[in-house]
Amino acid sequence: MLQATDLNAIRAIITRAKRWDLFFSLLGILSLMIGILTFVVLFVDMAIQGVPRLSYEFFTSFPSRRAANAGILSAWVGTILVMLVTALSAVPLGVAAGVYLEEYAPKNWITDIIEINISNLAGIPSIVYGLLALGLFVYYFGFGQSILSAGLTLALLILPVIIVATRESIRAIPQAIHEASFACGATTWQTVRDHILPYSSAGILTGVIIGMARAIGETAPIITIGALTFIAFLPNAPFSGDPPAGLFDWIFAPFTVMPIQMFNWTSRPEAEFQVNAAAAGFVLVFMTLAMNGLAIWLRYRLRKNIKW
Amino acid sequence: MQVPNVMEAGVEGTVLKAEVRDLDFYYGAFHALKRVSMPIYDRHVTALIGPSGCGKSTLLRCFNRMHDLYPGNRYAGGGIVFHPDNTNLLSPEVDPIEVRMRISMVFQKPNPFPKSIYENVAYSLRVRGMRNKNELDDRVESALKGAALWNEVSNRLGELGANLSGGQQQRLCIARALASDPEIILFDEPTSALDPIATASIEELVTELKEKVTILIVTHNMQQAARISDYTAYMYLGEMVEFGITDQLFIKPQKKATEDYITGRFG
Ligand SMILES: Nc1ncnc2c1ncn2[C@@H]1O[C@H](COP(=O)(O)OP(=O)(O)OP(=O)(O)O)[C@@H](O)[C@H]1O
Ligand SMILES: [Mg+2]
Repeated sequence: MLQATDLNAIRAIITRAKRWDLFFSLLGILSLMIGILTFVVLFVDMAIQGVPRLSYEFFTSFPSRRAANAGILSAWVGTILVMLVTALSAVPLGVAAGVYLEEYAPKNWITDIIEINISNLAGIPSIVYGLLALGLFVYYFGFGQSILSAGLTLALLILPVIIVATRESIRAIPQAIHEASFACGATTWQTVRDHILPYSSAGILTGVIIGMARAIGETAPIITIGALTFIAFLPNAPFSGDPPAGLFDWIFAPFTVMPIQMFNWTSRPEAEFQVNAAAAGFVLVFMTLAMNGLAIWLRYRLRKNIKW
Repeated sequence: MQVPNVMEAGVEGTVLKAEVRDLDFYYGAFHALKRVSMPIYDRHVTALIGPSGCGKSTLLRCFNRMHDLYPGNRYAGGGIVFHPDNTNLLSPEVDPIEVRMRISMVFQKPNPFPKSIYENVAYSLRVRGMRNKNELDDRVESALKGAALWNEVSNRLGELGANLSGGQQQRLCIARALASDPEIILFDEPTSALDPIATASIEELVTELKEKVTILIVTHNMQQAARISDYTAYMYLGEMVEFGITDQLFIKPQKKATEDYITGRFG
């Protein structure tokens, strides 16, 4: 039987112990605020400067020597096309590599070395990828200073992110589900196709979006492979022009992307160009947020049936 | 360790379905099964009992080559001879997938796929290349009936398997194991995560299933072994201590160790 005095002593202990909860939650809120506030201040500042500049013409005009006429048409089209190439090349490669490492690779020292180096790849500065791509894609393969070269460069850059995300979401699938599939007589490929990929797709998608969000803002490697900073035409749409372009001619077109356009404008002395840069920055952040929003929605859809 | 005398234990008119012969198994350096031998009789229930960690699951998972999924596991001697074709299931020449197509398994915790009830059962048929919708429908229905689940789910086959109760989920897993017409079904403590009513229905089901299929079941519950099995094997520290007809083993065990365990003086 507890005495009343014992109860008081217990309560005192609990109160004392709970001070740490209070302390830590305050610390947590503070850390969170530092991160969020910095972003909000930057974003709001950019929005105040740039949003009034946004207009239909801003999206449909090429860059110009006169700030008031300049627009981001070539930049946003370039960014979307480069991202398309990046996604189409990095996602299949990254997912295939991740699945191979988790489901097929024999557990030996070669696999261990490969695994360690994938994490190392993620830490290499992006400019180094730019140099590699300049030699490999631009000159050796002869892709030139094109959308294809840029897309592949960024694909290399985000490949480790996708591989790691794939492996982690595969590992999150309970062993029991894995065994259930094999116990039904499935081969490894049947297990991957029918279970591993469907159940890990939400996690893989998150990795893809994180990678893409990083790639969309990359400037250094794109400049290294020779993106133009001033470009007043669009790649030929498939089957347009004379003689008609092929379905994939656009991948060899010269291009620019949003961050390079911003970089170009911020390096001009005129204040009007700074406003243009802020407006373009706002659009770029908005593109990233839209991508994240899409990811959240898809993740919700994909995870609806999965409870673990 | 004395090898149990198979013929002595067999009852008139029973047919051997499989024989474990001097089986040694290692998890890396750990010797988990030591010269284990036992018979499995066709269309009978054989129970594996013994204290936690004695190797019951390890032995059971040899039957469908589950150990092949993990590196470091090693079948080190002896084998499991499958009848009537007289093949050693553990021989490296035998494809583990072929073994799993003939011997299916029900796990300790219900593990339905995060798919519909229908797709859960149909999966073992789909991996065998069955595509015909009518054929699939028929087989899914008869498997669900065989698992005594049809009446409860026939009007919601499209719902997620995970939305069923624990006992229903386990019967769904039994239906999945049953759909492919296996020769043996392995059960690893199938009722340990279930309440007494769900347990009773699974036990009843096992007793019905043995009309058509051979059953090997691991259980922690000695009453359960006594109720549902025809033969019982008692294991201890990776060795087969005693194998016998369930009634005889529980009433008059041959070994002192077995007697201590089943009377609760040990374990
Ligand atoms: N993957 C593994 N790696 C190494 N040792 C293992 C592994 N799995 C099981 N063991 C060991 O093998 C022995 C037998 O394990 P097993 O799971 O077969 O026991 P069990 O009889 O099924 O026990 P329980 O009744 O608790 O399920 C135990 O000593 C266990 O620690
Ligand atoms: Mg076990």
